[in-house]
Amino acid sequence: MAVETPVSAGTAIPAGRVARGGRVRRGTKGWLFILPFLLVFVAFLVAPLVYAGYLSLWTKGLATGTTFAGIDNYTRAFGDPSFRKGLWFVLKFSVVVIPLQIIVALVAALLLDEITGRLAKFSRLMIFLPYAIPVVLGALMWGFLYSPTFGPIEQIASFFDVRAPFLLSQGNVYYGLLNVVTWQWSGYYMIIIYAALKGIDTSIYEAARIDGAGARQIALRVKVPMVGSALALILVFSLIGTLQFFSEPQILRPIANGSITPDFTPNIYAYELAFNYAQFNYASAISFALGFVVFVAVAIFMFITRKRGSLFT
Amino acid sequence: MRFRTTLSVVAPVVLALGLAACGGGDDSSSGSGGTAAKATNCTNKIVHEDAKKVLVWAWYPNMAKVVDNFNNQHTDVQACWTNAGQGQPEYAKFQTAISAKKGAPDVIMLEADQLVGFEIQDALVDLAPYGANDVKKNFSDGAWKDVSQGDKVFAAPVDGGPMALIYRADVFAKYGIKTPPKTWDEYAADAKKVKDAGGPVFGDFGSNVPAVTTALMIQKGAQPFVYDLGDKKNITVKLDDQNTKDVLDYWGNLSKQGLVGKEDQFTTDYIAGMVGGKYATYVSAAWAPGYLTGAGVGKGADKGKFAVAPLPQWDPNNPVSVNWGGSAFAVTSQTADKAASAKVALGLYADNASLTDGWQTQTIFPLNQNVLKSDDFLNAKIDFFNGQTVNKDIYVPAENAYKGAVYSPFTVYYYAQLQAQIAKINQGQTTGSQAATDLQNQIVTYAKQQGFTVQ
Repeated sequence: MAVETPVSAGTAIPAGRVARGGRVRRGTKGWLFILPFLLVFVAFLVAPLVYAGYLSLWTKGLATGTTFAGIDNYTRAFGDPSFRKGLWFVLKFSVVVIPLQIIVALVAALLLDEITGRLAKFSRLMIFLPYAIPVVLGALMWGFLYSPTFGPIEQIASFFDVRAPFLLSQGNVYYGLLNVVTWQWSGYYMIIIYAALKGIDTSIYEAARIDGAGARQIALRVKVPMVGSALALILVFSLIGTLQFFSEPQILRPIANGSITPDFTPNIYAYELAFNYAQFNYASAISFALGFVVFVAVAIFMFITRKRGSLFT
Repeated sequence: MRFRTTLSVVAPVVLALGLAACGGGDDSSSGSGGTAAKATNCTNKIVHEDAKKVLVWAWYPNMAKVVDNFNNQHTDVQACWTNAGQGQPEYAKFQTAISAKKGAPDVIMLEADQLVGFEIQDALVDLAPYGANDVKKNFSDGAWKDVSQGDKVFAAPVDGGPMALIYRADVFAKYGIKTPPKTWDEYAADAKKVKDAGGPVFGDFGSNVPAVTTALMIQKGAQPFVYDLGDKKNITVKLDDQNTKDVLDYWGNLSKQGLVGKEDQFTTDYIAGMVGGKYATYVSAAWAPGYLTGAGVGKGADKGKFAVAPLPQWDPNNPVSVNWGGSAFAVTSQTADKAASAKVALGLYADNASLTDGWQTQTIFPLNQNVLKSDDFLNAKIDFFNGQTVNKDIYVPAENAYKGAVYSPFTVYYYAQLQAQIAKINQGQTTGSQAATDLQNQIVTYAKQQGFTVQ
């Protein structure tokens, strides 16, 4: 996308004003436009990826030193119970968290589209607010809310003389995190859907009403299909994000009494391997393996939705 | 998550690249180890600006005083101190700096169980040529052995961690426990007694202090590792012996019956529990009171409620003394000036003023014999323990009986796996015996991956 824009700007120059050899100069101009982005892109994305790819082909042992490993790290990664366990968790997590977030976001957006006035503006802001809070702060805040000693959940429970469940214990950590993630991201998705809704021509609603459609029918039969591409976009975002789950569990780890393990998600595992066990080679391989899984998941998703969403066709 | 974590996949890689790319570059007066970080942004004030500055990473709670003492007493070299994290977070930073060949401090505080892991990577400097043997006379043979390999000395010892049973005298009195448990059987029986009477949990089986569990395994007679840096490639791993299983089963059963807590230690929730008397005992080391006091335990309404007894034994006729933590100062091989750094490593926390402050606040249990044998130290009535003469009665005998331990060169990994197993035991997903067997398999697999020959 960013590549095309400057080029088309170049071709927009009237032909008469281009001197001889203009093709070359146009090309140069194009590159100049791209340059700032390209530099950052190469320095912070391409080069690190290439370097990590290179690292992943080697192996380093405490007693052996560095040796060439070829694809050994990759075969090891896909057979590694820690990696598979983490992968299984994020897959399980995404099956629930993605629909949940989208339903919350869609319902909120549809409601906000119906109502007007000061309340609507205020609600919109409030629903969006969690996204404006940095992930780390949000996670820390929930860590406090969940705390069995200081947290309000426990205090409310003790008011009724019962013990509140610790939402980060082994059995509950799935739900504890589900809550944090949904809280943090639904507002953001709501804004995307809401923006798509605002882009719909209102005469369509009028036509629907003349045909006898009620408010609910308009919402479900007209609005939802028309924001289909926005929904597809959100799905891809949240799928990628959930498979790369890292920040929230990493922040909540120290207070989770061991239920968030070093191999809780593939990303945490890669981080742990690199920065605690100094296995940069294997960590790179794990990162690439995860990248591959994300790629496959997104490709499958796009294949399934190829007819419905106009976004990817 | 989402966009922002797209970065997190790339971030480690970016960092690795950045660090590696710069590895060969600037300021190349150092040896093979790479370049140390520059001694800027010190937490402390430099007294003599013109002197050579040495960057130190340490986390002793009274470090500010210790550094000031050193800097006031030296004109040729100055310590520039940063707290890079307590224990594991600091080791992770150091490990990354070693991999990057750049960014390590000149002098670093390390626990005894971490030394071998860094020695095997050639990350530490042998201090023997820089005057280490001049201070050898200040330490017991055992303490010196912990920091050396043959004739090589890799760190200057500061403090040890003889373990004992810290307990709440008020809780014991309330539930009629007249004498602290002398054996682990009595400990379990007392725990049941307190619980049946509706009291608090007796202790805590926290997953994030695997070093404590390892010490308790060693107390029963387990020897998890046999390793000698002189024979670099061979290691013996024995984590599935009966002694290890017994200890893990013992704590697993206490935790299952709800007699001890399952909370991680040093968290805000845990400290709040310590303050509130939620735990009747605390199996811990001599330096613990200093950290607890710093976190607000044993003050106000809680003042004088704590007492300490010798660590319970498996066989009271053959008591075994064990150790948790205790640290030393090592010089990293990334330092630009080995002599100046060695001077700091050997001189920091070695002066009387610092040592006295350290033991009086119970931040350290000093290993310096001059302190250990001094009347002031032996007869000190410790406030935290309501005036008990704990040094003479409990900790010095424990330290004298401590025989030393052998650590593996991958302590960080071993602790992480033990931690995961303890968490599983606490959640009722495995038994102590099964955890020991699984742990053995994990560690053996890992050792082989790292290129060791496992005996």
